[in-house]
Parts: sequence; structure tokens; C-alpha cells
Amino acid sequence: MTNHSNPRRAAIKALSAAGAMAALGRPLAALAQSKLTVGVIYVGPKDDYGYNQAHAEAAAMLKKMPGVTVVEEEKVPETVDVQNTMLSMIKQDHATLLFPTSFGYFDPHILKVAATNPNVRFAHCGGMWTEGKHPKNVGSFFGYIDECQYLNGVVAGHASKSKKIGFIAAKPIPQVLRNINAFTLGAQSVDPSITTRVIFTGEWSMPVKEAEATNSLLDQGVDVVTCHVDGPKVVVETAEKRGAFTCGYHASQAKLAPKGYLTGAEWNWITPYTNLVTAAQTGKPHINFLRGGLKEGFVKMSAYGPGATPKARAMADDVKGKMVKGEFIIFKGGLKDNKGAVVIPAGKTLTQTDLELEKMNYLVAGVVGSIPG
Amino acid sequence: MDNNDIGMWGILIAVIGGAIRVSTPFLFVSLGECLTEKSGRINLGLEGILVMGAMSGYGIAYLTGSPWLGVLVAGLSGCVLGSLHGFICGLPRVNDIATGIGLMLFGTGLAFFLGKPFVQPKAPSLPAIPFGFWSSSPQIKAALQVNVLFLLGIALAFAMHWAFRNTRWGLIVRTVGDSADAALAMGFSVRTVRTLATAAGGFLAGIGGSFLSLYYPGSWNESLSSGQGLMAVALVIFARWRPLYCFGASLLFGGAGALGPALQSVGITSGYYLFNAAPYVLTLGIMIATSSTKHSLAGAPGELGVIRA
Amino acid sequence: MSESVVDLAAPPAGITSVPEAEEADRSKGVASEPLTGEPLVGALIADTGGIGAAVAVPAAPGFVMPDALKRSAEALFWPLASLLVTMILFSLMIALLGKSPIDLFRLIYVGAFADAFAWQNTLQRAAPIILTALCVALPAQAGLVVIGGEGAVVLGGLVAAMVPGALGASPVINLVAMALCAMVAGGIWIGLVGYLRHSRGVNETISSLLMAYIAMAVFNHLVEGMLRDPASLNKPSTKPIGDANMLGNIPGIDVHWGLSYGVIYCLVLFLVLRFTTTGYAIRIAGGNVRAARLAGLPVGRLIIGSCFFGGAAAGLAGMAEVAAVHGSANASLAAGYGYAGILVSFIARHNPVAVVPVAILIGGIGAAGGLLQRRMGLPDATMLVLQGMLFMIILTAETMYGRLKIFRPAGA
Repeated sequence: MTNHSNPRRAAIKALSAAGAMAALGRPLAALAQSKLTVGVIYVGPKDDYGYNQAHAEAAAMLKKMPGVTVVEEEKVPETVDVQNTMLSMIKQDHATLLFPTSFGYFDPHILKVAATNPNVRFAHCGGMWTEGKHPKNVGSFFGYIDECQYLNGVVAGHASKSKKIGFIAAKPIPQVLRNINAFTLGAQSVDPSITTRVIFTGEWSMPVKEAEATNSLLDQGVDVVTCHVDGPKVVVETAEKRGAFTCGYHASQAKLAPKGYLTGAEWNWITPYTNLVTAAQTGKPHINFLRGGLKEGFVKMSAYGPGATPKARAMADDVKGKMVKGEFIIFKGGLKDNKGAVVIPAGKTLTQTDLELEKMNYLVAGVVGSIPG
Repeated sequence: MDNNDIGMWGILIAVIGGAIRVSTPFLFVSLGECLTEKSGRINLGLEGILVMGAMSGYGIAYLTGSPWLGVLVAGLSGCVLGSLHGFICGLPRVNDIATGIGLMLFGTGLAFFLGKPFVQPKAPSLPAIPFGFWSSSPQIKAALQVNVLFLLGIALAFAMHWAFRNTRWGLIVRTVGDSADAALAMGFSVRTVRTLATAAGGFLAGIGGSFLSLYYPGSWNESLSSGQGLMAVALVIFARWRPLYCFGASLLFGGAGALGPALQSVGITSGYYLFNAAPYVLTLGIMIATSSTKHSLAGAPGELGVIRA
Repeated sequence: MSESVVDLAAPPAGITSVPEAEEADRSKGVASEPLTGEPLVGALIADTGGIGAAVAVPAAPGFVMPDALKRSAEALFWPLASLLVTMILFSLMIALLGKSPIDLFRLIYVGAFADAFAWQNTLQRAAPIILTALCVALPAQAGLVVIGGEGAVVLGGLVAAMVPGALGASPVINLVAMALCAMVAGGIWIGLVGYLRHSRGVNETISSLLMAYIAMAVFNHLVEGMLRDPASLNKPSTKPIGDANMLGNIPGIDVHWGLSYGVIYCLVLFLVLRFTTTGYAIRIAGGNVRAARLAGLPVGRLIIGSCFFGGAAAGLAGMAEVAAVHGSANASLAAGYGYAGILVSFIARHNPVAVVPVAILIGGIGAAGGLLQRRMGLPDATMLVLQGMLFMIILTAETMYGRLKIFRPAGA
């Protein structure tokens, strides 16, 4: 099916690639094993104040590690383009560890390229690597950011006067639903009467629609909003203009809303990045399944803004302390969805590592809205 | 707390507020295109000009601290790109639709290329006039926060409406657009008039772009425009080349776009993709209902190739 | 303001009933004022010299122009000259930014054409846009400017993804059925644009764009709702078509069979347009609808048919993406191939044979973009600027045709 097994062709390819490198004045020593070239691929712009920026910040830190060279490419669509970008990084830049960061890169793109490049490690963000189903040189890492969204909810619950909070989401997929639910449960831990209104924009990045969604929520009396879209900048700025509170997501947006920014759920990708890079440098096996939350330092909270009351801070800090110790359960038995059905039977607790949570397909009681099918 | 719960009224207010907030770029671009098309040429590249205007306006506002200077520069950059289109289309046998598509690509590419340094910084935004001062409802107050550019756009629509009918310039543009022969017979330079009309149209489209980056949503990034410039071209046909109708069409389109989020905010969340497509369905429906092969479109400039049946 | 809204919905007052009169007006306008007022649709076709002068002037089927060679040379010369001018201008821009233009073009060569991998990268990117370009080129031959091919791509892909589940036949039959269903779906969607244009006079450029937006909405609604595979967690998709039904690669190169679909489609269209009476009739209708009507040609059928087969090509592109790349229909299908096809078709001057090399050039520019980001620190938009510049300059070069003596036909 592929020609990579053809030694003559492969040799020609390697030679011409090497020739190209030499022509560009790059030392052939880049091939030497002591150095590690890491490729990072983003689906959007690196400076989106959101998902891609969070990864780019970690990539920037990787560059400071000794013996690590980082090559980056942004705005790579989830098509055959990303396969070619990966191959190009492997063949033309001699990268041996790749971080293709968008969820949509996993199946089929990473799986296809990984099959023909067994000596290259692929570390994918968000996917679910499964033993026996996926190759050993592929792995997936992700963070339990719903812990931070729960804490966002706690602070939001204290800040809300109307008892209505809002969530602007891109698509009703498990990762997003888990955040909406955690945010709602956090707020309800302050006051059980709090409800969350959700707007799905349908796209990961669509500024005008996100601004309209924010305005619509505020028109309905919502006074704290958060979001799960690629770049939360517009949501945060729009809410700030109208004097509402916001909780951030992906990266810190505190600078964008000096008055209304309560706190935020941030990724801290440098932790898994370092683990994966160190494993590659020291020749240890690739880490196939890597997950972590506040405890492991995969996620972190933004510093509290002026709108977070001392009471809110105290309660959030208390819960955070329990989370760091691994004693806090967000999704407990007896949980009902917003249609009244029990989604987690009484007595059962789902710890963060439970894979069932990664398949979430419901909105908890107190969320206004429904999801398709 | 209770008076915050305005339910279905909220939808109406959101739609009206949305119409006011979202319509301004459509208004400026469609007025610009209206002027260009009245002279007998079409510029499909206004999307590129809009994006370029959004970028340059934001960049200048950030660098100088003055959003109004940003608006001016956005207009000027639009004017430059418009002139380029005008010049190229003035050459013999150059196709204006194709050139417009090229301009869309070029303008967008250039804006992304030059705009990288302005994605992160925060530029000052344009002020708004609080017309909702009389109301105690925060929703109405928010909906009636009206940006000055919106008011300028309305004034411009009326001014263009009047100018097309009552001024010499209006007459020249219309004549050139309706019959190049007649214009030549009257001693007007068809090429000059069209180039000027295209440049002026570009100026307006650039201002429309600056509204996106400097007021609503009020920041610069590469996904800022979701085809507003292209849709505005459709709105001109829909508005029958009448400036006042352009205003109505922009409001209608803006309001229809606000419907999806507004319905979701009260819990009607299924079918949001379909609700979000409402403006396009509406536009297509009206185009089908009002077009005919039996007659040329009322108000259509006779020289305009695109509306030929 | 509400008044104007109401007015909009009402039928326009003061309809001037001028059946076909404007048409005559316009041809007069062209004759007397050749600098500007050319009817665009006519211009599209009359100038379509293209490589091999396939559709230069309506010629009798099978009849070879005596000056064909000169025309071919000219049709090759100006695009190449445009490419050179673009490279010079772009070099200046890059030099102004303090980067080396020589490095830039060397990297473009390395990334796009230097070795087997670069070629594979380029051809993979070219494969879908060859087909989507035909969704512009074929209607353009009949005088229509269709820019909504993206809609046909996603609908074709969606329908194709449904076929194996519904049919459950052997892989070969499944694949053939997928291709046919995708072509019909894309064909109907763009055919509708042609129908609206012919029977209702709805402007096809705008309606195809609106219909592309509507198709996207319907596609997303179905993929994330009714047709969603519950097992597709964070990337809502339809049920996978299954490995057995996947389209393989062309032997010897790492490029899927979709590439050959495009090349064959181009060749067939070229032959049809060049050597059949139907092709001849399409070009007549594209050149002058009035003349075509007077000649008794079935203009409606020609217009709708051209749109149908153009849309079918775009639908096929969607099928190839599903069957060769994604394995199911999901939002990644809307990758802008439909829009890239517009660019390709216009640069190829709507000549199906010229579409192939142009698509390869555009694919190559895309393939090289990554290297420029990584090696030179240039933003991803660099390639967009280069494409836009190239496009504008090639279009401007249209005005140069016939101006150089060496290309003039004998006796002219």
C-alpha cells in the first residue's frame, strides 16, 4: 500500500532530503541521535488567546530544554494536509516526536502516518489511546480541566445575583459537556437553585456568533459567563463591555477583562510535554496514555480577579485543596440529567480517571437546553 | 432579580439589538457595492477589502491610540484595494468577477500576513451612544447602545438615495451604469467614473471592516469575518440597487443572524445549525421570489453583466 | 426602518418589462465601447484560449485551427510570464521584510517538487481541487459563474458515507455506488442553481454561494444529529465506511485514486467540449445565449446539464475525501476545496485540460507552505498572498492576449 518499505526509494528520499538540508546550510549533524527534534502542529493560530495558545506556550518552554529543537506549524486543517505536515516534519526536519494538538488529527490522520513511521513518537492531545487497538508509537494525553471548570462554577455561584449563569460552547461533544456539567455542579454547590443556559455556536471559532451568543445570554439575565470555544477572547471582552462577570478558559484572559474576570480554567501543557519529551530523550518507552488534573499539574487556575469575593475564594481554595489531594469527586452517584433520568446510579462514584466520563452525553439537571440525539 | 427574567421578550430585544449590532458592516459594504454596481461594475472582492479594513483599522487604532484614525485608515486601505480592482477591470477584456475573487484572496491574505502582530494587543474601541438611557431595563439599555458608525451608515444611505436622484454626480454614475453608449455620447469617461466608483465602494467596505475589529465583536483575528463582505454583495441584488433598501436588507440580515443565539438562550437548542442558516435561506427565498426571466430586475444597472438572465 | 423591510418582501414596484431587450443593448455597448462594458459571461468564454486553444472560439467539431500552434504558444506564454512577474513582485515583498527571496523559492521547490515525497504531498493536495475546479469550469463554459462548489463537496461526501451502510455490498460495488450517489447529490445541488438561473433568472453566483452555506448547515445538522455515530465521541462523524471500502492508493505513488478520477473527468470533459455537438452547443450557449436560442439550441438543458456535471465533479471530490482520507463524513470535509477550485478554474481559463497542471501548481504552493513557516518563520498567510498575487496578475494578463505580433494569427 505504501512505498516506504521500498529501500531504494526510501534511500533516494533520504538523500534528496539530506541534500535539501545541506543546501539550506543546515548541519547534517541534526541527524545525530543526541538531539531531539520535536514537531508541534496547531489547527488554528498560535496566538488565539485559547486552545492553540495554551499549546504554543508549552512549546515555547520546550525550546528552552537542552538538546531539544522545536519546529511548529499553525493553521493546519484536519485533512490530508496534516498527514503531509507530519510526514514533512519527519522527513524534512527529522522530527522524531510529534505533538499534533487538535482532536481531529487522531483518527485517521495520526494513525495512518504512525503505521508507516514506527520509529517516530506521536503524542496526541485529547484522544483516547486504546491498548491493542492503536499502535505503540502513538499516545494520547489530556487534562481533567473539568476540575477547574467546577472551581469556576464555585466562584461564579458566589458572584451571580440573578442565579443564572451562561456557557457558550462550540459543539455538544463529551469534552464540552463535561465542562458544562462541572461548571453547573460547582455553581450548584453554592446554591442549588442556580441554572446554566447554554448556547452552541456550532463552530470552534466564529467571533461574531460568539459575541451574539454572549449578548443573548446577558439579555436573558445571565450575569456570569464562561465558554468552551477555541478562542475565548471575544466572549470575555463582550461580557466585560456589558459589565458581566466571566470565567476564563484554555489560557488566562485576565488582561482582557480587568473588572469582570473572576478566575479561569487554564491548561498547563508543559507538564505532559516535559514527561513525553524526557521519555523520548532518555529512550524510555513512549507514554501511551497520560492524564492528569490539578494534582498532577496538567491544569491550573487563573489568579482570582476583583469580582471573586473572599467567601468565594475560601470555598474554591478549600475544594481545590481536596482535589489536589485526590479526595474530591465531581460526578457522584444519584446524578440526574436535565430530563430527570438518573445518569449515575446512587452509590456509584466516578473518579476523574474513569473512562466513562470521557463519553459523557448528557446535560445535568439545572442546565437549560438539550443536545441532539 | 425577577425583572431580569424577560423570557420571550428577550428574544425580540436580542433580535433588535442584534440587528443594530451586526448590521453595520453589511450596511457599509452593501452601500459601497451599491455605488460600484450602479456604475456598471461588480466587485466581489469586498470581502478581502473588509478583512483588510478590519486589520488596518485595528492596527492603526492600537498604534496611535485613536480608533477614529483607525476607521480613516481602514477606509483608505479599502480605497487603495478598490482602486486596484477599478484599474485592473478597466483594462480591456479583464473579467470583473474573476478579478473580484482574486482581490478577495489577495486582500484576505495580505491582512492575515500583516496582521499577525495585532492579534494579541488590545486596541481602543469606538464609542457608543446610550440611546437606552430612558429605560431601567439593562437589556434595553444594552440593545440600544448604538455605535456612531451605524448612525453614519443610515445617514449615508439617505444621502446616497438623494444623491443618485438629485445630483449631477448621481446622474453620471447612473448613466455610466445604465448605458456606456449614452455616457460616451454625453462626454463622460466611462472608465474614470467606474474606477472612482469602485475606489469609493472600497472605502466604504474598509470602514465596514473597521467596525468589526473596533466595535463589534471588537478585536482582530483571522476568523473575524465569516463572509460578511461576500454576503453584502448578495444583499445589494436583494436590495434592488437602492441605498435605502440596502439599509433594510442589512437590518433584516443582522436580525435573522441574531435569532439562532437568542432562541438557544431560552432553551431552544436543537437545530441550531439550521437556525443559524436562517439569513441565507431568507435571502435565497426572497431572490427566488422576486427574480424572473421575463423582465430585468427593477433598478438593475443595464451594464451590469451579473444580473443578466 | 420597518417600512423598508416590508417593501423588500413585496414584489418590486415599477417592473420594466424588457424581454431580452437588454441583451441587445449590451452587445451594442460592447461594440462601441470595448474598453469596459464587456458582458462578463461572454468575456469568460470568448477569451478562453486555454492550453491547446480547446475552447478558444466556437469551432466546428473536429476542425483544427490553422493558427492553433500560435494560440497554444500564446496561451502558454502569458501564464508563464505572469508567474515570473508574480515571483519578482513577491521577491521584492519578501526582501522588504528582510528575508531572502532565494531561500524562499528554493524552499517552495523543496517542499513542492524536489523529491518523491514532495510530489506526493503536492499531488494529494491537487486531487480534490482538480474536481472542484470542474464545478466552476463546466458551468463557465455554458456562461455561468458558479462559486458554491463547497456545498456539493460536503453533500457528496455525506451521501457517499451513507452508502456502504445502506447497501452492504462487496467493496467494489460499494465504491461504485458511493461515487455515483455522490455525483448525483452534488449534481442535483448545483443543477438546482442552474435551474433557478434558467427558469427563474436567479443570479447563479449569489445563489450558489447561499446554497453552499445552506448545504453546510444541513450537513452539520445531520452529522451532529441524526446521522451521528454514537461511538464518534469528540469528533462527531457518521458511521465509518469500514476499511474494506476504503479507496486505496495508485500503485507506485502514495496518492489515492481520487487523483485519477479528476484527471479522467478532465479528459472526458475536454473531449466532450471539443469534439461533440453537445460540447459545441454548450460553448455557443456560453458565448451568446441569444444566438443559441435563435439557433434552436435547448439552452435550458445545456445550462442545467453543465451545472449538473460540474456539481457531480465536486460531489465526487467529496466522495474521494470520505473514501480515501477520512473514512466517514465529518466537519473536516469542509476544508475549502470548493473555494480553491474557483481559483484553479479561473487561472486555467476554464479549460478542463489546463485545470490539471494549475491544480498541481496550487497544490504545490500549499505543500510548500509548511516549510516556509518552519524554516523561515513566515506566517501561514504567506502562501495566501502569493496565490492572490498570482491570480490577480494572471487575470490582468488577459488584457495582453493578441497584443504581441508573434502570436497573431496569419492574416490578422
